[in-house]
Amino acid sequence: MKIELIQPFINSADAVLAEVLQCQTRIGDVNMEEEAYRRKGVAAEVEIKGDIEGRVIFDMDPSTALNVAGYLAGGGDVEHSEGLVEETILEIANMVIGNAITALNDGGFQFKIAPPSLLTAERGLTTNEDTEALVMCFDTTRGSLYMNIALHYNRRRKTERAAVVAD
Amino acid sequence: MEQFAALVRSKDKKPVRYLVVDDSVFARKNIMKLLESFGGQLAGEAGDGCTAITEYERTKPDIVLMDITMPQMEGIEAVERIMRQHPEARIIMVSSVGYQENVVSALQKGARHFIQKPVKPEVLYEVIRYVLGDEVIAAAPAAAGGK
Repeated sequence: MKIELIQPFINSADAVLAEVLQCQTRIGDVNMEEEAYRRKGVAAEVEIKGDIEGRVIFDMDPSTALNVAGYLAGGGDVEHSEGLVEETILEIANMVIGNAITALNDGGFQFKIAPPSLLTAERGLTTNEDTEALVMCFDTTRGSLYMNIALHYNRRRKTERAAVVAD
Repeated sequence: MEQFAALVRSKDKKPVRYLVVDDSVFARKNIMKLLESFGGQLAGEAGDGCTAITEYERTKPDIVLMDITMPQMEGIEAVERIMRQHPEARIIMVSSVGYQENVVSALQKGARHFIQKPVKPEVLYEVIRYVLGDEVIAAAPAAAGGK
């Protein structure tokens, strides 16, 4: 994976988490994984299609998810509030990925994203693709959040673009 | 949270009425919280473009805050349809995806402004004032919303 594809996601996660959670963030562990993705807790996935293709997963362990959702709900107990924790992570994923996509698009890449979807127990703990992914941990005072990025250039589109330029 | 002077309608000094459109319940609640801190009143809410159109017809809000990426019908198409029926509508796009193509398309369809998520309260406040122009005045700081 190229750094120019990854950097906008790092910048975006850093900025969005700091703004939304009103706390400092620090990048912790960074790993490359080649096995299928294994969910850590509450996770949201966004699929990307176009000049760049792949998916980005945003993941929190259950205690961090409760902590973050509780903070954003105004400090209340959200443990029994159905759907709020999931809604929270979906919207955080939406903001982080949306901002990164905007930066990439401003850099000349064309693509579409669908609204984030929840990776639930029903869909299994793992994704079924076997691809190289970058996994980053963001440490915040509300807990650790993980971003799993598996993106690649769409070769067909790249060739088509090059052909148009050559013409 | 920062204190904002309540925004009221110039014509009758009543709270500004908002329609909030976003497929995320979480995002809608957050925006509503901000609007209450501006002294606003929730006229309606919708989770997709189709519902936004029917809610606009039903509630006739002063201003609409519209997400872009939504199921069934996206925000930009909903803007186009609302503007076709109601050219006077005031719509602000609020989305995490703010690339040029989307922003230009929304503005061409009739949206008045664009705000990128996460929404900063002071930015939303100023954009609402800008979009409503003379139709709104700032009264005393809003304490607890207009509901």
